[in-house]
Amino acid sequence: MTLSPRCAVFGLLFGLATMAHASPAPDPDLARNLAATCTSCHGTDGHARPDATMPVLAGVPAPELMQKLREFRSGTRRATIMPQIAKGYSEAQLELIAAYFAARQ
Amino acid sequence: MLNRRDFLKTAGLAGGALLLPVLSGRALAAARRAHVVVVGGGYGGATAAKYLRMWSGGAVDVTLVERDPQFISCPISNLVIGGVKTLADITLGYEGLRDTWGVKVMKDEVTAIDPAARTLRLAVGGTLSWDRLVLSPGVDFQFDQVPGLGSEAARARILHAWKAGAQTVALRAQLEAMPDGGVYALTIPLAPYRCPPGPYERACVVADYFRRAKPKSKVLVLDANAEIISKKALFTQAFARYQGILEYRPNSALREVDAASRTAVLDFENVKADVLNVVPPQRAGAIATQAGLKLINGRWVDIDWLTFESVNTPGVHVLGDAIFPAPTMPKSGHMANQHAKVAAAAILRLLAGEAPNPTPVVMNTCYSFVDATHVIHVSSVHQYDAAQRTVLPVAGAGGVSVDASEQEGRYALAWAHNIWADMLA
Repeated sequence: MTLSPRCAVFGLLFGLATMAHASPAPDPDLARNLAATCTSCHGTDGHARPDATMPVLAGVPAPELMQKLREFRSGTRRATIMPQIAKGYSEAQLELIAAYFAARQ
Repeated sequence: MLNRRDFLKTAGLAGGALLLPVLSGRALAAARRAHVVVVGGGYGGATAAKYLRMWSGGAVDVTLVERDPQFISCPISNLVIGGVKTLADITLGYEGLRDTWGVKVMKDEVTAIDPAARTLRLAVGGTLSWDRLVLSPGVDFQFDQVPGLGSEAARARILHAWKAGAQTVALRAQLEAMPDGGVYALTIPLAPYRCPPGPYERACVVADYFRRAKPKSKVLVLDANAEIISKKALFTQAFARYQGILEYRPNSALREVDAASRTAVLDFENVKADVLNVVPPQRAGAIATQAGLKLINGRWVDIDWLTFESVNTPGVHVLGDAIFPAPTMPKSGHMANQHAKVAAAAILRLLAGEAPNPTPVVMNTCYSFVDATHVIHVSSVHQYDAAQRTVLPVAGAGGVSVDASEQEGRYALAWAHNIWADMLA
């Protein structure tokens, strides 16, 4: 008996579902919640006060934000505090944060 | 807007409270609008009130109970004491929460909480019922731990200025009235206390004021701790720049004060000051004890880090300085703002009958002024650890400034204005 592609897909999905069941379900608001850790300084939903001291994050394209965050993490972009903070998040978390702010108006 | 009582009346269930326990949480949430009461309008409570409204799209009713008519920030208040800022600069109103976010703001004080009945009593406004309660009561001072500070008269003479407001202005007035050549003594309690770098910042900005205005005067820091407990290397450098003005003495626990002579009684000596400023030991605001919440060391509320719910009192969430902190977590306004967002997210999930976010993250930034314009920072990121059921600092992340700078001075003030807006606007 050969495994049809459909069976293989089902098996994969079933496997994923089982794995997902083993650990708690991911938070549907994860990106929003992670981004909220940035907004104490960068303003609610990334709308920092328009005095140009703290960068506005709302509406910044995700690739642009990710590049900066990666450079902060790797140490190639110098700053007083962001290199220390960026190192506290995983790559996946930073991706969620960048996508969330990019989608704010 | 329909509140719980109105809904019960319209539904003809005047005695319905008796029926409520048989309904599941999910059925309840579907049956009527949920009501969350937030007690305390500081960094934690104000943020929680706003984010509950914002993230629920206005679907959850939120009442904020705050005893003071306006918010006065502890961060930046040392600059008022140093004469660089005024109290007006650090005072904001609650109208943004009310008008923009639809929070019902009550200037009142909670006198009793009944977690089983899910009600609380107010000094003026009667009784409120709630589906979930957020307590952000801050700290109370343990004046009983400082003999000599028992009377109101003594406490009017020996100030703490560790809650921003009238005491901040009064301490500034004492410093201004002090003749040149006088001694300002500041006592620091054993950690943990509100704002770990705060006393060292205060010592610096007062020394900076003396250098400018009263160059023969002295700042004497009497620290109960064995060493500077926050940004040690940076504050050590800052103190060195005030050589001849500022003296730092570790292991100098305050045993008693004599208010009349403004004397700090230590183990082996008495220190007489012209201005004596005592930061007393602290504990969670008294309402936490009154509500029967489990405390650690008899002082700080024990919470579940996924929800900020009291471990022994379901439905009551506690934020900010009142909680027993996770490892290396400071009691800071920034951290209270972060607690509030995790709690608000969890409360909305719980009200919907869903599980809270299993992977919460919080982070901290504390800026400290070492003079009127130069600032140092400490930062940290804390991720939830499922095995230890707490949030832990991420190794290799966080840190402190390389040196004090005016650039960070600009960031510090921008931080203040942005976080105030994040809480209140």
